Amino acid sequence: MKDILKIADKEFTSRLFTGTGKFSSSQLMEEALLASESELVTVALKRVEVTNDDDILSKLNHSRINLLPNTSGVRTAKEAVFAAQLSREALETNWVKLEIHPDPKYLLPDPIETLKAAEELVKLGFVVMPYIHADPVLCKRLEEVGVQCVMPLGAPIGSNKGLKTKEFLEIIIDQTNVPVIVDAGIGSPSHAAYAMELGADAVLVNTAIAVSQQPVQMAKAFKMAVESGRMAFNAKLAPVKQHAEASSPLTSFLN
Amino acid sequence: MRKTFQTIFDTYNWEDTLANINAKTTQDVEYALNKDKKDLEDFKALISPAAKPYLEQMAQLSSSITKKRFGNTIQMYSPMYLSNECQNICTYCGFSMTNKIPRRTLTDEEILKEIKYIKSKGYDHILLVTGEANKTVGVDYIANAIKLIRSQFANITIEVQPLEQEEYELLIKNGLYAVLVYQETYHREEYKKHHPRGKKSNFNYRLNTPDRLGKVGIHKIGLGALFGLEDWRADSFFTALHLKYLQKTYWKTKYSISFPRLRPHSGGLEPKVEMTDADLVQLICAYRLLDEDVELSISTRESQLFRNNIVNLGVTSISAESKTNPGGYVVEKQSLEQFEISDERPTEEISQMLRSNGLEVVWKDWENNWESS
Repeated sequence: MKDILKIADKEFTSRLFTGTGKFSSSQLMEEALLASESELVTVALKRVEVTNDDDILSKLNHSRINLLPNTSGVRTAKEAVFAAQLSREALETNWVKLEIHPDPKYLLPDPIETLKAAEELVKLGFVVMPYIHADPVLCKRLEEVGVQCVMPLGAPIGSNKGLKTKEFLEIIIDQTNVPVIVDAGIGSPSHAAYAMELGADAVLVNTAIAVSQQPVQMAKAFKMAVESGRMAFNAKLAPVKQHAEASSPLTSFLN
Repeated sequence: MRKTFQTIFDTYNWEDTLANINAKTTQDVEYALNKDKKDLEDFKALISPAAKPYLEQMAQLSSSITKKRFGNTIQMYSPMYLSNECQNICTYCGFSMTNKIPRRTLTDEEILKEIKYIKSKGYDHILLVTGEANKTVGVDYIANAIKLIRSQFANITIEVQPLEQEEYELLIKNGLYAVLVYQETYHREEYKKHHPRGKKSNFNYRLNTPDRLGKVGIHKIGLGALFGLEDWRADSFFTALHLKYLQKTYWKTKYSISFPRLRPHSGGLEPKVEMTDADLVQLICAYRLLDEDVELSISTRESQLFRNNIVNLGVTSISAESKTNPGGYVVEKQSLEQFEISDERPTEEISQMLRSNGLEVVWKDWENNWESS
């Protein structure tokens, strides 16, 4: 049986989502994204030229690739809703990665504005994928307003530090009714594999691929790691033993 | 009154600060380099003479940190001078009131001609520059200029006279993204000498300008000192102090640092304190090691050779083919410049240089119509 991830009306065979920033050329970006076999690629609205022929968009024109416009740059719910509406018009997709970070230094998401915007965007018919802290309560609140998935961060975006929020990601995965996509901080294929082993439905990786010395090779490595982690999750990992087993069991006298 | 940077600044003494920087040792530098999060004491060590032997190591670190945060990219912008009218006397500036030069302020029609050229080169981020002539080139003139070009640029920055809070609010409403306001020098007495007349002679008003901007929630503030007026190390320390204060106080705002070195101009002033290329590289790297996120910008004041090599060391945005006279692109090519630029290569050649350095040329990285929603 094929292991399909369904979000809204779309089905994904690849559980590696990617981004378009930080590559040294749009050529290289295209090669790396194709090598990753990613089917969902996020692009910052503020980077694209929607009125003219855009260099980034033209490189994403492949049947495999679905565009996921993101609202990076907005600071409030109001701006986010406006940006999403513009992108729906310009890019002809009702999918939006909701990113509201009023703090330009660490780009940490504002949970209050995000919830507000998510609620409104869902009402306006968007498929909303919110970028948030690994906050289990917020995930449930977002689920209640009708988002199609949640995208908690593993570590500050672009930091490549791995799953610093592991304890909370586990709670989120345990409680969720919508797909969980670990979004930021994944710096190496082993981090991605680990997220998948924990039960994440997908991961989103950008910096670790774009800034690597060989983005195409790194994209392939991530693809393999995500597949491997997912396979391990499905196969059920052998439990980690908390204690050594005593050589003389305490209950052997019962036998 | 709420606290401003001045209250912090006034607790420092220039001479002691400079002596402290110059007394930093090899051990201080190594300690700073090995530390994860660097503070202002580490910054002092990294800009000190003791750090010179560590320049290559600093450059390597700076380069890799910059790539992690900003990727393999460089943001392009183009300056456009709107006016050279000015009621200030600044000893180092070609537009200084006492300089007998023809004065010009662009009309709407002329502005549109100029931006047509700038757009044709691919620019989407623009920097509007004026002198300080509040009657003819006041906030209304600037607001009008922004309105006029707003639909054509994703990102509009100004470098004009310091304004009042309400005036900044008005400009932001009209589509302003960022304001560059350089203190020139943080040496109070030297500042007075170089700005003997005009509104600019008020040191404190200028010093507190970024506070006024922060309070109205501007997206980005650009800081800097004009190198050559005073010791670059002390001036850079105070710039960094200013930066750190602003980041903590106005946490929703982004910051950038520029590195203007005195260039020849009409009525020229010789630099009092020299800053070599190696000094400037050291400073750029020190800023990057202090702060992973601050934008670092290099203009066409710098030479071709220097710019070819600095783009991989920590800088995140550059201009090209700049004209520093109002109307310089199309309207009146021959008018007098504020200063002579050094790297005169056309935009296409700069893009090519960046690409061959493995860098993507970024033209657009903003949307200026989200906020009016």
